[in-house]
Amino acid sequence: MALQSNVPPGELGEKWTKYRSSMPLVAPNNKRRIEVIIVGTGLAGGAAAATLGELGYKVKVFTFHDSPRRAHSIAAQGGINAAKNYQNDGDSVYRLFYDTIKGGDYRSREANVHRLAEVSVNIIDQAVAQGVPFAREYGGLLANRSFGGVQVSRTFYARGQTGQQLLLGAYQSLSRQVSLGNVTMYNRHEMVDVVKIDGKARGIIARNLLTGELERHGAHAVVLGTGGYGNVFYLSTNAMNSNVSAAWRAVKKGAYMANPCFTQIHPTCIPVSGEYQSKLTLMSESLRNDGRVWVPKNQEDAKAIREGRKTGLDIPEADRDYYLERRYPAFGNLVPRDVASRAAKTACDEGLGVSPTGLAVYLDFADAIQRYGKSQATTLNETNASAARIRELGTAVVAEKYGNLFEMYEKITGENPYVMPMKIYPAVHYTMGGLWVDYNLQTNVPGLFAAGEANFSDHGANRLGASALMQGLADGYFVLPYTIGTFLANEIRTPMIDPNGKEFMEAEKAVADRITRVMGVQGNQSVESFHRRLGKYMWDYCGMARNADGLAKGRELIRELREEFYRDVFVPGTADEYNPELEKALRVADFLELGELMMVDALDRNESCGGHFREEYQTPEGEALRRDDEYTYVSAWEWDDNQPILHKENLEFENVELKTRSYK
Amino acid sequence: MSADNMKLTLKIWRQKNANAKGHFDTHTLDGVTSHMSFLEMLDVLNEQIIQEKKEPVAFEHDCREGICGTCSLVINGYPHGPQQGTTTCQLHMRHFKDGDTITIEPWRSAAFPIVKDLVVNRDSFDRIIQAGGYISVNTGQAQDGNAIPIEKDVANEAMDAATCIGCGACVAACPNASAMLFTSAKVSHLAHMPQGEVEASQRAIRMVEQHDAEGFGRCSNITACEAECPKEISVEHIARLNREYLSASVGSDK
Amino acid sequence: MNTWFGRFITSSIGKKVVMALTGLFLITFLIVHLVGNLQLLSSGGGQAFNEYAYFMTHNPLIKFTSYGLYAFILIHAFQGIALWLKNRSARGSQGYAVKVNRTAGASKASVRMGALGTIILVFILLHMYQFWLQMKLGNTAMIGYDGGEQVKDLYSLVKGVYANPVFVVIYVISMIVIGFHLWHGFESAFQTLGLNHPKWTPLIKFVGRTYSVLVPLGFAIIPIWMYLAQQ
Repeated sequence: MALQSNVPPGELGEKWTKYRSSMPLVAPNNKRRIEVIIVGTGLAGGAAAATLGELGYKVKVFTFHDSPRRAHSIAAQGGINAAKNYQNDGDSVYRLFYDTIKGGDYRSREANVHRLAEVSVNIIDQAVAQGVPFAREYGGLLANRSFGGVQVSRTFYARGQTGQQLLLGAYQSLSRQVSLGNVTMYNRHEMVDVVKIDGKARGIIARNLLTGELERHGAHAVVLGTGGYGNVFYLSTNAMNSNVSAAWRAVKKGAYMANPCFTQIHPTCIPVSGEYQSKLTLMSESLRNDGRVWVPKNQEDAKAIREGRKTGLDIPEADRDYYLERRYPAFGNLVPRDVASRAAKTACDEGLGVSPTGLAVYLDFADAIQRYGKSQATTLNETNASAARIRELGTAVVAEKYGNLFEMYEKITGENPYVMPMKIYPAVHYTMGGLWVDYNLQTNVPGLFAAGEANFSDHGANRLGASALMQGLADGYFVLPYTIGTFLANEIRTPMIDPNGKEFMEAEKAVADRITRVMGVQGNQSVESFHRRLGKYMWDYCGMARNADGLAKGRELIRELREEFYRDVFVPGTADEYNPELEKALRVADFLELGELMMVDALDRNESCGGHFREEYQTPEGEALRRDDEYTYVSAWEWDDNQPILHKENLEFENVELKTRSYK
Repeated sequence: MSADNMKLTLKIWRQKNANAKGHFDTHTLDGVTSHMSFLEMLDVLNEQIIQEKKEPVAFEHDCREGICGTCSLVINGYPHGPQQGTTTCQLHMRHFKDGDTITIEPWRSAAFPIVKDLVVNRDSFDRIIQAGGYISVNTGQAQDGNAIPIEKDVANEAMDAATCIGCGACVAACPNASAMLFTSAKVSHLAHMPQGEVEASQRAIRMVEQHDAEGFGRCSNITACEAECPKEISVEHIARLNREYLSASVGSDK
Repeated sequence: MNTWFGRFITSSIGKKVVMALTGLFLITFLIVHLVGNLQLLSSGGGQAFNEYAYFMTHNPLIKFTSYGLYAFILIHAFQGIALWLKNRSARGSQGYAVKVNRTAGASKASVRMGALGTIILVFILLHMYQFWLQMKLGNTAMIGYDGGEQVKDLYSLVKGVYANPVFVVIYVISMIVIGFHLWHGFESAFQTLGLNHPKWTPLIKFVGRTYSVLVPLGFAIIPIWMYLAQQ
């Protein structure tokens, strides 16, 4: 089946406006008779649920969390991009569009990205109206900062808790709709299957996590805003319970998974400290505004640091290699994430790593403290400020900007980052891949939509910093509420969906059987131990650098692991009670299939682009080598136990010229 | 830096479900290192329990970076443990020492019924927000973000309140099991913003009404909430709520 | 209870406000009471005190105020007991096995206001029985000064009570209890009324704490002094 992107005709800059003005609408009286199920209450799901509720649809929203406010969007630290050009530094919708396309290494759809850039400005307005306390300048106007991969300041932020504040904004709007009776909230309910009737998505099976009961819920359309699948790596910056299951259940019902191998490895995370490690903690990219990344120039110094004989402070300036500034003078420490991550890996592979495991580089604020200290001293007219006083003043400025991040770092590592340079290392952070969707955010299954990180749409092969919040909210507030109308306008004669129909009963039975199967194994290994092993295979063979042999081997290992899982997993307790181990088991079972698909996808894509770096395809300087003639397409995979089937959506670039990304 | 092979005795509250009678179980755990987080220590314990084919300790957690508000636990009497300004997931074992006995209990409040072991139900918080913890603006109704300047300090104070993660430690800490700090944080955050000021009075009244209806205790200004809040939210916000409530009740024409 | 007042007065904040306002009135009363009682220490065989007592019991405005005072004591006490019961049930059926208190700033008094208040209530009953009731029942001798009207000799009544070391100890302990109650109550009342301000709160706390030490101390000195003077 050829994939139809359904991108409307017309000039790039006018497509969305024209399309929005001419798309079919659902009249208010009909909206009341149309039900929409939304799964997930993060930025995309929560915003979509609130907005659809405001529009008058009957909305049912599901989250496996105890409250919508727990969704992992809450953990985003740094900020949200918008082409406001408040700083008068040459920003524009087109520049944001261009930066995002380029940052994504030319593997995203032009029309989608341009729409994203267009609505970015509305998001900021909306959030301000909701009472989001963005950072302000002394004049009372909104403040901005810079993020990686761009040369303007277009990132809006609320301390290091931007995601939290934006999510709470969406959560509050959603709460308002709940109180008005437009939205029914099902918390502690996990979607365990999609139900299709006559080829259209018409509902879900949800498991009540408190009682274990399976429930059937019908609706005219189903929206998945269920986030990304970074936890397939076990160790990632994702929350412990983030999972792929909702999206994967859709895949098992015929939806396609697009570009699953496009994974973002974030360069600035706190390094792994031991075997027991359960997750990795991100240090916001905003830190690279002021922090300088370096390793010792020679291996002896690095070795001495690893063995605890020296610290970063003992290495004189001349013996430090600020490798990002050296290799990429134009962008310096603010190169995009994929580039920064690979550079860190290269440095550590050369034996220059600075933590006991050898897997860490420095992120140093000493210069920033000096610079800010001197500038503050001048401002305060302290012309003869001592070195200590300058340090004190500079530390205060850095603390105001990044205080909570520094505190978090100190809590986790026990080291004071104002004195000792931070140690960081890349970690899995975001998945650009996801359910394939057309311009309307509809999957290839009619009536099934995907928004936010759960879809593949806007970031190509690499996401720029502060763009995830933008995309989640764009989809939820300003795109999906319109585009879902193109499907629902044809459904106004469809009566309420009966959740007792044959298709529902069959789906429920299938879920019950799946649960019985997992519970029935009663083997010897914990769910967690399988997840850890899967994660290690993924990181070793499908991580920051990949090659054909490794991917083939990784795929085999995962298939064996999956087989072992169904032979030897142990799930304690019963299925009809609150049972977190069972929840985890069902999720890991899905990861064990997704992991294989990621290997297959990475093996198929014989090029390097963005977060996907195939060792066979690199330039002599070790940069990613894209192969536009053969791989300018989206890989949309149909799942099959034996051999997943590839469907291609060719990407056409009418406005942007494909170039080798250069940040030098 | 403490020892890297600690042996701990853990007294943990176990309760099969909301209606069952609970009790303390004692577990011993070897090989705990100072770099582990508290929850990773519990992961190791659970792995040990699962190896014995028993039921692991149920505790809630998610982001493990101190922002989602899912984790809880009263550790040796302290909500979120002895480290101030820290959630349980950010608490590290370097604050304990070899041979310690650690008592772990769930949040205790009539408005937070126990689900299982250390997991409680905090839906009451959602209902307080639903009662009025929002600004009534529909998507698309907003004017330009810079149309109303907001004084930097005012935005900062709003942010101080908005930083609440809804974990419930304030209720757990309060000898009266009152949720005034939680309620006031939202009232105060929104009342600080010019966009939220419009509905400030009615918001305060409706949220307090819901707070009372949920069965939370009555605030008597003990300020234990402030001392235990992992985000260090000040009781100044409770004063602010009182002010909003008083002026809404006495000063408004409704 | 459907009026705004009904809603206000039954809400948790409304009840707090009642506690705060009645509390503040009682705090104000204490200083008036203390000033009067210090007459007990003036030389002259109790004349100053007895004349003061006569004035207090015969001025209509003061009599009127005193009924308000009784009412406020009752409201404050009953509201406090209701609050205490409500808050006990809010914890749920199971309490904590390990209890700690890291209350920043405030004293441990804040968590024991119910207990402290109960002791104070018992003390007030004793106090009223010993002096107020005896006076009302006319169980006091009459005395005249400088050929004036005969007044009740309350001074001798007080002196009699304070000759007994048991009562002296009870009164002194009660004053310590009141001190603790005020230590939290004073600043708490301002917080309840919404007066928490980075500039003024430290001042309120300072005044409150000074007050809660000096006023009970002033009261406590009287029985001790009068006891010692009789030895």
